[in-house]
Amino acid sequence: MTGYILKRLVSAIPVLLGISVIVFLIMAMIPGDPATAILGSYATPENVEKLNRDLGLDQGLVPRYFIWLGHMVQGDFGRSFALNRPVLDEVLDRFGATLILAGTSFVLCSLLGVAAGVVSAARQYGWADKAITFVVLLGISIPSFFLGMMMILIFAVQLRWFPVSGMWPIYGDRTVWVLLNHLFMPALALAVVATGVIARLARSAMLEVLRQDFIRTARAKGVRERRVIWRHALRAAMVSIIPVLGIQAGFVLSGAVYIEMVFQWPGVGRMLVDAILKRDILLVQGGVVFIAACYVMFNIMVDVAQAMLDPRIKT
Amino acid sequence: MSEALRLTDLSKSFAVGKRLFGPPKAMVHAVQPLNLTVTTGETLGIVGESGCGKSTLAKMLVGLLPPSTGQIEIEGAVLDNADPALFGKRIQYVFQDPISSLNPRKTIRQIMEVPLRRLHQMDKATRAARIHEIFAAVNLREEFLDRYPHEFSGGQAQRIGIARALAAQARILILDEPVSALDVSVQAQVLNLLADLKETFGLTYLFISHDLAVVEAVSDRIAVLYFGAIVEVGSAREIFANARHPYTALLAASAPEVGRPIVAPETAATELPDPLSPPLGCAFNERCGFATDRCRAEKPALTTDETGRAFACFNPLSKER
Amino acid sequence: MRGFVTLLARNRLALVGLIVIGCVALLALITPLLPLANPNVIDTPNRFQPPFSAGAVLGTDHLGRDLLSRLLWGTRLSLAMGLAAAMIAATIGSAIGIIAGYYGGRTDNVIMRGVDMLMGFPYILLALAIVAALGPGLMNALIAVAAVNVPFFARNIRGITVGIAHKEFVDAARLSGMRNREIILSEVLPNVLPVIVIAMSTTVGWMILETAGLSFLGLGSQPPQADLGSMLGEARSALITHPHTSIVPGAMILVIVMGINLLGDGVRDALDPRLKSGALSRPMPATTVDRHGPVPVAQTDSLLDIAGLRTEFRVRDRVYKAVGGVDLHVERGECLGIIGESGSGKSVTALSVMGLVASPPGVITGGAVHFDGTDLIGAPYEVLRALRGRRVAYIFQDPLATLHPLYRVGDQLIEAIQTHDPLSKEAARTRAIDLLKSVRIPNAESRIDSYPYEMSGGMRQRVGIAMALANDPDVIIADEPTTALDVTVQAQILSVLSDLRRARGLAIIFITHDFGVVGQLCDRVAVMYAGQIVEEGPTEAVLRNPHHPYTSRLIDCVPTLGGGQRKLAAIPGLPPVVDRLPVGCAFAERCDKAEPACRADAIALMPTGAGRKTRCLFPETKQERIV
Repeated sequence: MTGYILKRLVSAIPVLLGISVIVFLIMAMIPGDPATAILGSYATPENVEKLNRDLGLDQGLVPRYFIWLGHMVQGDFGRSFALNRPVLDEVLDRFGATLILAGTSFVLCSLLGVAAGVVSAARQYGWADKAITFVVLLGISIPSFFLGMMMILIFAVQLRWFPVSGMWPIYGDRTVWVLLNHLFMPALALAVVATGVIARLARSAMLEVLRQDFIRTARAKGVRERRVIWRHALRAAMVSIIPVLGIQAGFVLSGAVYIEMVFQWPGVGRMLVDAILKRDILLVQGGVVFIAACYVMFNIMVDVAQAMLDPRIKT
Repeated sequence: MSEALRLTDLSKSFAVGKRLFGPPKAMVHAVQPLNLTVTTGETLGIVGESGCGKSTLAKMLVGLLPPSTGQIEIEGAVLDNADPALFGKRIQYVFQDPISSLNPRKTIRQIMEVPLRRLHQMDKATRAARIHEIFAAVNLREEFLDRYPHEFSGGQAQRIGIARALAAQARILILDEPVSALDVSVQAQVLNLLADLKETFGLTYLFISHDLAVVEAVSDRIAVLYFGAIVEVGSAREIFANARHPYTALLAASAPEVGRPIVAPETAATELPDPLSPPLGCAFNERCGFATDRCRAEKPALTTDETGRAFACFNPLSKER
Repeated sequence: MRGFVTLLARNRLALVGLIVIGCVALLALITPLLPLANPNVIDTPNRFQPPFSAGAVLGTDHLGRDLLSRLLWGTRLSLAMGLAAAMIAATIGSAIGIIAGYYGGRTDNVIMRGVDMLMGFPYILLALAIVAALGPGLMNALIAVAAVNVPFFARNIRGITVGIAHKEFVDAARLSGMRNREIILSEVLPNVLPVIVIAMSTTVGWMILETAGLSFLGLGSQPPQADLGSMLGEARSALITHPHTSIVPGAMILVIVMGINLLGDGVRDALDPRLKSGALSRPMPATTVDRHGPVPVAQTDSLLDIAGLRTEFRVRDRVYKAVGGVDLHVERGECLGIIGESGSGKSVTALSVMGLVASPPGVITGGAVHFDGTDLIGAPYEVLRALRGRRVAYIFQDPLATLHPLYRVGDQLIEAIQTHDPLSKEAARTRAIDLLKSVRIPNAESRIDSYPYEMSGGMRQRVGIAMALANDPDVIIADEPTTALDVTVQAQILSVLSDLRRARGLAIIFITHDFGVVGQLCDRVAVMYAGQIVEEGPTEAVLRNPHHPYTSRLIDCVPTLGGGQRKLAAIPGLPPVVDRLPVGCAFAERCDKAEPACRADAIALMPTGAGRKTRCLFPETKQERIV
């Protein structure tokens, strides 16, 4: 197992490099003088010239990439001109909030989605299946930002069960309870779409597996139906569900951008959108690379989970 | 008698564990260098169990797989993999799974017309006339031409597959397990049709199968394959009745037969050797009751005896048993 | 095509989706013709008018612009954006996928690494990066959404293409003289197209959401132009004070995407061949029983007595009568062979005994299966379950598919033991090792921890046999247990079965299509044709002197070893399809002795000699054949 993990970690290096190349190339598409684009149109000529030298902007594309990469490897993601602080500091400050939000949502959607899919498949065409299918359809059709807004309107404004927005109250203690109270609505709104997608996939994966011969073998052995469903079938279905969980984690992370906007959650998503609108290029660039790198690491964990589940992969 | 097919040192290795750059981790020798000739008008049966390389061999013969070493001469001309179409006129292939060898989204007519148009550049009227002839030869009604493959049973689809091979006007057909996907009652129909066509068109067959009785019933000569190599070649009448190679004898003894009591024909615990770490000597030595130290160290070569039987064994079974 | 439309129309939900989307699309198309207020004219004094106010049916927004007008214009824009993004992504992605999948090798490797890299981003990061580089704007958002979906299509279509490129018909096309470009266009593409359509129909909704999302963030359509996302984005600040400005565009997105998703699911279901055949449904724990009329009594006091068993498959409006009234019995310690071609109903008969026929579509509609005196058809699930594996065990055909791929064989054996016997794990493991030894698996102590994929076919089937033996059953039903194996392996497995049977006094029902196997293993044999037993009797007598013409012709057309090169006797025609069975003898169409009487009425299974029965008006009388 350790060998497999090491192998996956090593194989992540070209992926990370590839991601940096893609981000770099996209950023290189910015029309006009990059230094001016980075510093904004009010920059002094001296600042522009200094940045040009620092980033090697007066050189060709390839040397520029390696200068940028070299800085990044040393932990220097550049400075945000709008916030006037190092990009990495800002990203790290914000990333914790996103991690809490997206992580909670991810756990929520994985558990709910898989359970709903299994029940739906086990009771195919029954009322539970129909109810789940309908709710799931609603879930994957509603924009998460609209759902979030409606939740604010109903549960925060009308019923006053939860705070309207933010991660912490302006005054008062920062306890776990307070955090959960703030987290509930955004995490749920964020989880809904992914839950729907996972539930659909889990349902079809289960239906596919339940038709397999080894399920008939289990039944022919006299294994109880509950065990057939939750052990034999689910274990086999997880082989096709887990990769989708990995992809859905990316969608949850993506959806967090909208939810952070709606709920004023102080995460990296909101930071990125603000940075784009302010044309704070280095912040965007650094933030994207950082999050993408984290996502790559997360996907390695998914692969390892998959390998633990399916002994055929390791060989 | 002229030669229809001559295989010289033909072999195929597959890379296992390919990498993006650099050499692969290991090579599996699916077909070990082999020499074989098929005379015109003959039916050569090739028999072997799964993993013996018979399908790989067949695919090489029609140019669907490039050989790793050696060459294939078809009617005296060396097969050139750059253009399988050129050889489509000389050698054709009948597939094991008749349904999946027909494109589900084309009508039978569209399928039949391709070889006529592409290989023989026939115009529309000539094509129609030719299809008419071929369909008559394989006992298919022409109303089938406008139907889609899924509307046919396995036996009918296999006739269509044979008809397509005939349309190319090849004189050599590679029949890769042509009846093993069919029910026994239909199997005999197709085998008989193949026999009739051979006579009518003067064809040469290479008939590949895992079913000894079927191979024996259709072949003039039979080659037995084990682990990618020919272990024995002989006349169909003789080879199973009077096997010289122990593997051939094992095959013959394993075929279930009414009235013969069930006894385990072998007690060896192994089945096939691991292709990634093939045995040093004879590939069969672990299962063979007659294996000696020499068999474990040295690969026996295929040698022909005075009766024309060829076998690759150091300790062949006696001629009369 | 017509089939596609009827299938789509049969799906009521898809029809609702189609109607909803049709209406929305129609409204969007005729929007320029409608007498609407200018969507972009600012009228601040009349801001935040509530719905149903004079001159503004849906009210006005924060700048006093007519919401209905903005909604319709916005819908038009959002729909166009979503569709355009889907088309672009599908075209480029599919092209990449087909090329990678068809050519394979290094081309595939390089392309797919690139695609994986793009998928290494959470999609919005890529979209944000693209918008950041190109600047906010409608077209740039469109490019971003299309770009992030290209990898999705590429990977999806590549997978399908790889499958098709390895199909035999592609090889056949190559041998017919076609070149790569031609093969891609005329052989591969038509088969990939349905998948592309499915992928598109299930992602258009998603793309509309994504473009709306970018506009919501202020990165898509720029003021004053409105699409649904930007309307929602602009309304957000007034959410609490004037919720209608948010609800109107939000509800519209919901309606559109839901309609598209309903329709998309319908398209997918209509195009998916597995769904077309009604096959994608889960089998129930036990076969459905829909038995009318009186329950037949057991005709013998045998261990297992099947009387008048009828099992059918109900697929859509067709009824396939797979088993049409089968009577069979097995004594203790006896080996009964059931022989027949595919579709003769031999497996379905065997699976019906313990209610293991996949249901839906299988239904047992008649007859009784008495095991040790009790009727199992329609017995409560718990009763069946307690008998399964304990007194009646099964061995199935393909040992790779019938063992669970992700559990060690030992765990599967232990489970079989513990299901019926509350043993400790250690005791069960010891017994499992003994079982593996009894089927002659070498190094049973270490092999018990192997996974099925680590074993050869023959070893796997031995595990299958060991599992069937786990609880010392009275009857083993073996459904073509050696068909997937090579002859030399088959011989080993048969000898294991034969020895075990004698040593343990097992009754075996052995299902096969091979006369040789029946002749070697079975005491009695029943020959099935088109869902019925046509002949039954002691094996040797039946094989030596078959009474039913079908049995006799079938034996003739199977070549046996040692016969030399020869012409085979063939049976003309094809077996009947069991949803359109003839009235009389099902074999009459293919029988050279058939008389009008054969086709007139159902024919009974009549005694024809010692322990023998035949379903024929004119049984064979010819000389004994040499076996």
